[in-house]
Amino acid sequence: MSLDQPQLDTSPDVSDEVRKTTCYMCACRCGINVHMKDGKVAYIEGNKDHPVNQGVLCAKGSAGIMQHNAPSRLRAPLKRVGPRGSGEFEEISWEEALTMATDLLGPIREKHPEKLAFFTGRDQSQSFTGFWAQGFGTPNFAAHGGFCSVNMAAAGIYTMGGAFWEFGQPDWERTKLFMLFGVAEDHDSNPIKMGIGKIKERGARMIGVNPIRTGYNAVADDWVGITPGTDGLFILAMVHCLMKAGKVDLDYLARFTNASVLVNEDPKSDQFGLFLRDDDGQPQVIDRNTGQLAPWNGQDVEPDLAATYRAKGITHRPVFHQMADRYLSDEYAPEAVAERCGIPAQRIRALAADLARVAFDEAIELDRPWTDFRGKKHDKMVGRPVSFHAMRGISAHSNGFQTCRALHILQIILGSVEVPGGMRFKPPYPKPATAHPKPHGKVTPGAALDGPHLGYTHGPEDLLLEDDGTPKRIDKAYSWENPMSAHGLMHMVISNAHAGVPYKIDTLFMYMANMSWNSSMNVGGVHKMLTDKDEDGNYVIPNIIYSDAYSSEMVAYADLILPDTTYLERHDCISLLDRPICEADGVADAIRWPVVEPDRDVRGFQSVLCDLGARLGMPGFVNEDGSQKYQDYADYITNHIRRPGVGPLAGFRKGEDGPQGGRGDVNPNQIQDYIDNGGFWLEHVPENAAFYKPFSMDYQNWAVKMGFYDAVQPYIFQLYVEPLRKFQAAAEGIGERQPPEHLRERLKLTMDPLPIWYGPLEDDQVDLDEYPVHALTQRPMAMYHSWGTQNAWLRQIHGHNPLYVPTKIWEANGFEDGDWAKVSSTHGSIVVPVAHQASLNANTVWTWNAIGKRKGAWALDEDAPEATKGFLLNHLIHELLPPKGDGLRWANSDPVTGQAAWFDLRVKIEKSDVPNEAQPVMPAIKSPVPKGPSALEWKVGK
Amino acid sequence: MTQLPPPSAKKLGLVIDLDTCVGCHACVVSCKGWNTENYGAPLSDQDAYGANPSGTFLNRVHSYEVQPDQGEAQLIHFPKSCLHCEDAPCVTVCPTGASYKRAEDGIVLVNESDCIGCGLCAWACPYGARELDAKEGVMKKCTLCVDRIYNENLPEEDRQPACVRTCPAGARHFGDLGDVDSDVSKLVADRGGFDLMPEQGTRPVNKYLPPRPKDEMPEFDVLAPYLEPIASDGKGFVGWLDKALSSLPGGAK
Repeated sequence: MSLDQPQLDTSPDVSDEVRKTTCYMCACRCGINVHMKDGKVAYIEGNKDHPVNQGVLCAKGSAGIMQHNAPSRLRAPLKRVGPRGSGEFEEISWEEALTMATDLLGPIREKHPEKLAFFTGRDQSQSFTGFWAQGFGTPNFAAHGGFCSVNMAAAGIYTMGGAFWEFGQPDWERTKLFMLFGVAEDHDSNPIKMGIGKIKERGARMIGVNPIRTGYNAVADDWVGITPGTDGLFILAMVHCLMKAGKVDLDYLARFTNASVLVNEDPKSDQFGLFLRDDDGQPQVIDRNTGQLAPWNGQDVEPDLAATYRAKGITHRPVFHQMADRYLSDEYAPEAVAERCGIPAQRIRALAADLARVAFDEAIELDRPWTDFRGKKHDKMVGRPVSFHAMRGISAHSNGFQTCRALHILQIILGSVEVPGGMRFKPPYPKPATAHPKPHGKVTPGAALDGPHLGYTHGPEDLLLEDDGTPKRIDKAYSWENPMSAHGLMHMVISNAHAGVPYKIDTLFMYMANMSWNSSMNVGGVHKMLTDKDEDGNYVIPNIIYSDAYSSEMVAYADLILPDTTYLERHDCISLLDRPICEADGVADAIRWPVVEPDRDVRGFQSVLCDLGARLGMPGFVNEDGSQKYQDYADYITNHIRRPGVGPLAGFRKGEDGPQGGRGDVNPNQIQDYIDNGGFWLEHVPENAAFYKPFSMDYQNWAVKMGFYDAVQPYIFQLYVEPLRKFQAAAEGIGERQPPEHLRERLKLTMDPLPIWYGPLEDDQVDLDEYPVHALTQRPMAMYHSWGTQNAWLRQIHGHNPLYVPTKIWEANGFEDGDWAKVSSTHGSIVVPVAHQASLNANTVWTWNAIGKRKGAWALDEDAPEATKGFLLNHLIHELLPPKGDGLRWANSDPVTGQAAWFDLRVKIEKSDVPNEAQPVMPAIKSPVPKGPSALEWKVGK
Repeated sequence: MTQLPPPSAKKLGLVIDLDTCVGCHACVVSCKGWNTENYGAPLSDQDAYGANPSGTFLNRVHSYEVQPDQGEAQLIHFPKSCLHCEDAPCVTVCPTGASYKRAEDGIVLVNESDCIGCGLCAWACPYGARELDAKEGVMKKCTLCVDRIYNENLPEEDRQPACVRTCPAGARHFGDLGDVDSDVSKLVADRGGFDLMPEQGTRPVNKYLPPRPKDEMPEFDVLAPYLEPIASDGKGFVGWLDKALSSLPGGAK
């Protein structure tokens, strides 16, 4: 009624203090500014100085305040008092809990350390938890990589010393064409969104290859709605087109890859398929300067891509010849793959041609001189500005390892890895498979394991097998079933432990993995395994200890709960020894620190392990006098020395002239130095070392100085992976260590040293006429696994998850809005709400991952939509393939790495009556925590 | 009835790029966090852990599927908050003067102490951009973070709305759309920024940038020269290779 405006205070106080730490709302590990008022968390925003997120923050990160204060937080140690699975617990003291754990674990360690299986889920402290497991002496340790994306990681390491995400990223500043395969919208979260933003701003192009057009694929300039499980075939068809047209970077291939390395081609030789090596064991090439044999890394050698070598009646041809033989075959012609991939042949050609156009016609050059490992000086850095990124969509198939390898081959023949505009590694990567440890599994009662659990095998001699061929590990990692299982197989632990195959265990100890719900296949079956009793009335899996911060579905199935803190109440280190957070132009690590103290009787899990390790007298956890070595995790972070000058944190180490990055002595003030620096440490890669990292002496020397490794170790990309050939050769009967008969044919096929494509293994076991539809899950950008649901803000964004159905199937079933469908696989069926989506591969249905919840979990009301309409596809997926009638257990995993083949799932779909609730309905579990408040008004300031 | 002030020279608002928005909801939650703790009453949530969780949000992202006449269906992510209209019907409808448009920068605000929660403004807004807070009984809406953009307690680089500061893809831009030379005005000019539902006559200050055309990769026929075969099989390839290598630097030995 009047124009008099109220007087506004436009400069109110924002907060009393800003505390800078690291987010843990997903695995992205962004820097956050936590604004404090009256000692409480008032507001969370991104840290502008932080290398990962540069100030931005996703929905999850901004909702951290709701996670930190979630009613689902566990409050004290819990001892099970009802039957397993009931959720009946009593709260106990930490002393009682730790005594229970020590009494269980002590005798195991003294007699049979392997009877402890310790698996740590979405752990961000694997270099520490692995160190603990090593000190305990069990071979049975891994985190969640086996059911996440080990195919991507292992294929990348074996091929080029790193894959995507924490290993490498597109050169967002310079790339002109970006091709994205099968990313679950969060791997990694903010950097991809920031990168896409940069690409868009520069007017560069983006192509999305994904059966589902949502999220990143929705903003892609072009969308390729590929049929699930056929990415490898599509990629190899593009390789076919490019090679056939000679659109390959010959200079790059000759110098920086093993395309020029000579391979024994005599089928009668015991060296068939292996590299020709000199007396020092170095693979041989023909030097174009001399026409003679020379080691690949000889000074001034110019490797010849074309020349062959014949001696003692045996012909050796370079790898590149073998690639030509294979990929020029009509088998990989676009016409031959088009129908299977669901992409017209002409479109495949157009995509390949576009890659060639940008890579070669739009090449870029930087005036930065550098020197390669053969001593050759280059005055420029030449870039092929096409880049790629991929994650679980291509890797969570039983052909995922070879598919990921195929993608790297495509990148490499275009000369687009570690060059301007292409894909760039992030220090401490690249690091070839040979620079990683081998797996260790030698058990000595009462003593530590003989080395780190997880690593890279280079042939049958590295497998973890007993003399009789039995796998040493409970998950059968590094056995003939999956010889390169670099991350273990967490998804097989419960199933194998229940079956007593390869042996029975005593205690299952897990951290932060919801293995009775969304992180397991075959959920109902897993419940039975966890609660099954033997004829004496004892649980088949005798003891289960679990640590989690929240009342997840897994809590109900453990006997002892060690309650963890929230991420704002704890110390952590985001370590170079673990999964680093570096950028292509910089090396970085970071910490978490308690920006608030817990208001519950909970302890950081890593600090609890320091205590338990000391109680058990484990090496590395006790001083010489037997006293506890590390009082808590912060003490370990500061004082642990892994190698001379190298500890968990590489920043602010003690040098002669004060704190220094890289190598250095223990700095007692290190954590405070991190806090003062905003919670992280960052040092830039020198400009002349910023590209060609595997081959550049400028980079190699800097890497040694920083402590990534102890001696320079330049290497070339492995288009042909010789270790694969060694396993394949064993399957052909060569060598001492032989696979079991039933695995020979599969090993011959899948352990091919050059990338191949074979159909998802489930397809061979399933009647595809009956189950014609592919079924996938995706993670929403605003949720991380099961964690988002307890978050009052995030669950308003994704509170339930319909099954999205493409037009063809929608119409064929006469579906209408509000309908429900019965979805069946060979393993089981679910009844769920459906919704129509046109921007979807015509034979694919999908839903959001891990929205569905069990009644009683996460401090939600039992009639929460997550529990009544939300659902999991996991009920349809089994950890084993359907029985073949041979009496054997065939894991539903990639036969190379053991990666869980979540996305091989085949289903049929039919209209259903509308049920009261999504089916199957599981009985409610009793919540170990009280319900949350009905209404929230979260204002902590006055 | 409440009067609008004379049009201000300075027109602060948002420019939202629909070509870049990946629909991640970062802006939604960042806004919820800031505005729960700051301006006026907190943004409350009802039945927060129950069957029908429902809270107040000043900014929401909707997703719409678009089926072009030809080609593949597309998904558009569409963030929506108050557009700070020049002819703001939510202001003129307000019976108490609680809703007002600032004379100096055009931001539309609610003076909560005068708001009786009658809901007329939400009814009048054609965009559905206002939400009545169920707990406090007052109308909540985007403030353009009026308590951030001038806030001298914040570093200068942070004096922008929370949603803009947090947007990971850089799809949200903040500035003076009354100044034709501002970055946001230039962006609107360059990219064909448009008004939402101009037929409503509200003259929104916020602009949207349209999605670029999709699925328009060049036809293979144009690109065909890039795949001109040099060989039909492995043998032919090796022959080509010998020749090709001799033309490389250091070749022709």
